[in-house]
Amino acid sequence: MNSEVLRIATINADELETPPLSLGQLAWRRFRRHKLAVIGAGVLLLLFLYAFAGALFFSESYANHNDTSLRLDAPTYSHPFGTDTIGRDILARTVYGGQISLLIGLFAVLIETSCGILVGAIAGYYGGLVDNILMRITEAMLNIPEIFLLIVMAKFLSGKIPDMTIMGRTFSGSVVLIVIIIGGTSWMYLARIVRAEFLSLKENDFVLAARATGTSNLRIIFLHILPNSIAPIVVTATLGVANAILSEAYISFLGLGVQPPTATWGNMLDGANNYLDSAPWLWFFPGLLILLTVLSINFLGDGIRDALDPRSRTV
Amino acid sequence: MSSLLDVMDLRTRFHTPEGTVYAVNGASFHVDEGETLAVVGESGCGKSVSMLSVLQLIAVPPGEIVGGVALYRGQDLLRKSEREMEAIRGPEIAMIFQDPMTSLNPVLTIGRQITESLRTHLGMDRKTADARALALLEMVGISDPSDRLSDYPHQFSGGMRQRVMIAMALSCNPSLLIADEPTTALDVTIQSQIVELVTRIRDQVHMAVIWITHDLGVVAGIADRVIVMYAGFIVEEAGVNDLYENPCHPYTTALLEALPRVDRRRDRRLKSIPGAPPSLLVEPHGCPFVLRCEHAIERCRTENPPLTAARQAGHNTACWVDTKTRGQR
Repeated sequence: MNSEVLRIATINADELETPPLSLGQLAWRRFRRHKLAVIGAGVLLLLFLYAFAGALFFSESYANHNDTSLRLDAPTYSHPFGTDTIGRDILARTVYGGQISLLIGLFAVLIETSCGILVGAIAGYYGGLVDNILMRITEAMLNIPEIFLLIVMAKFLSGKIPDMTIMGRTFSGSVVLIVIIIGGTSWMYLARIVRAEFLSLKENDFVLAARATGTSNLRIIFLHILPNSIAPIVVTATLGVANAILSEAYISFLGLGVQPPTATWGNMLDGANNYLDSAPWLWFFPGLLILLTVLSINFLGDGIRDALDPRSRTV
Repeated sequence: MSSLLDVMDLRTRFHTPEGTVYAVNGASFHVDEGETLAVVGESGCGKSVSMLSVLQLIAVPPGEIVGGVALYRGQDLLRKSEREMEAIRGPEIAMIFQDPMTSLNPVLTIGRQITESLRTHLGMDRKTADARALALLEMVGISDPSDRLSDYPHQFSGGMRQRVMIAMALSCNPSLLIADEPTTALDVTIQSQIVELVTRIRDQVHMAVIWITHDLGVVAGIADRVIVMYAGFIVEEAGVNDLYENPCHPYTTALLEALPRVDRRRDRRLKSIPGAPPSLLVEPHGCPFVLRCEHAIERCRTENPPLTAARQAGHNTACWVDTKTRGQR
């Protein structure tokens, strides 16, 4: 009897008191239930592995090596994905092209989020004239069709950035250029989202409380309000990677993007439209990789959106 | 005794789409070192706005401080730049707010929020700041403070959060603490704990307190002096016992009569004040209480009574009529 009471008492103290879940744990639980998002994350991981671990099997010079005697060879044992119009191995090129495409996606989003957060946060927090000026600029940028902007900027700025060598590899200057152009033409939506978040968040008591302890405006913006709006930013940034990869594919397909011999999934498609029937392996493999990447990023983004949305309380 | 904060003729307005709101209309008051001043009045009478104005914490626009001076240790706070005010808020004057559920940032740990001002104002390194935060949490009565520094606000109850807010406010040893209805959102037992906590700390560190409230019961327990506000005016100022024993302004009298009391018969209805407070959208003209006042005379409609000395020393009231003798002042 006595030991029974004692046992219940111990349970109360130690076992019934489950530690409250942190925001991250709650989000992870919701994310796991989103099957497509988990699959998307898995596929994306495999694609990264493909692009970066694949480099262990082929050298970059092999990927850029052309042998015109082998041009437009159908997939064979020695060239599983076939060869392109000047006899380069498509498998090796999709590996190196994947690196560039994925990196362009990530770095363009880095620029996009930095610009978007900066513009949106300052406009939303300060309001008034500052807000007006920044938002009119944002709207002006939004009014120009994105493809048009991309093409004009790519055409206008091509060749302005020299090739550079980073970690023993030479990158075409056009890669950096494309990153800047894509980042610089896609931050507007994020700026508007961040501004809307700031407009409502700055009215919170905790902002007044922070000001009342003498916290400077910059600290309030970046250390107090920004962490509260991280969910929509993460979602937009995730989907932004997919958009950036697609944008790169557009302009590279038009021959204005990353210049060969540096391969990207986009510029591998350049010219493939002439061989739609006769050499489908030219467009099939890079096209499939772009499709898989964009699709899995979008599923992943949906999953993150549901996971981070405080209104979806289904745990 | 020297005045710590001396506010004279403070006027604050808000320019809203509906028109100009005359929120504070010439408020003058002072707080001495180590003294507790209670500010009472109904919702929307300008209690909070006057204090927020002193700290330049009202949003401009729509707000505008149209006049007045607020001398803190001889320096006019209303003439200071935002940068200069940042150095005042926290180490000199700190403030705690009504709703502890929303005054803490939900995504930052308690430790981060307490140590932030220590690191920015006092330039402490992380270790020293953490140690100080620990001591502060202990001082405000949070058990196992070392475990709780890394907790988030949602892991605390309302009363605990208000304690954390107080710890944050006290972190840089302010000389003046402005408490804006800190107990209104809490239940009664927690209220008394918070009141007790603030009075204990006040006595420990010899800090002045401005306690904004509409709870006259709390006032009696902690204040040295009381100012009564009505429609943006200070209508009466007195020592706490003096105010309860000899209220001079008809509004104060009515307010005290509207209080439920344990020593009165229960079957009697509480006396309420007829009418409603004046719209703050109309530029004040004459005494703000005139329409609800049983002692009103012709002069009350045209001229706003200044705050003048009543019977006792330190007891001031803004009324043309001496309610005891029914004679004009």
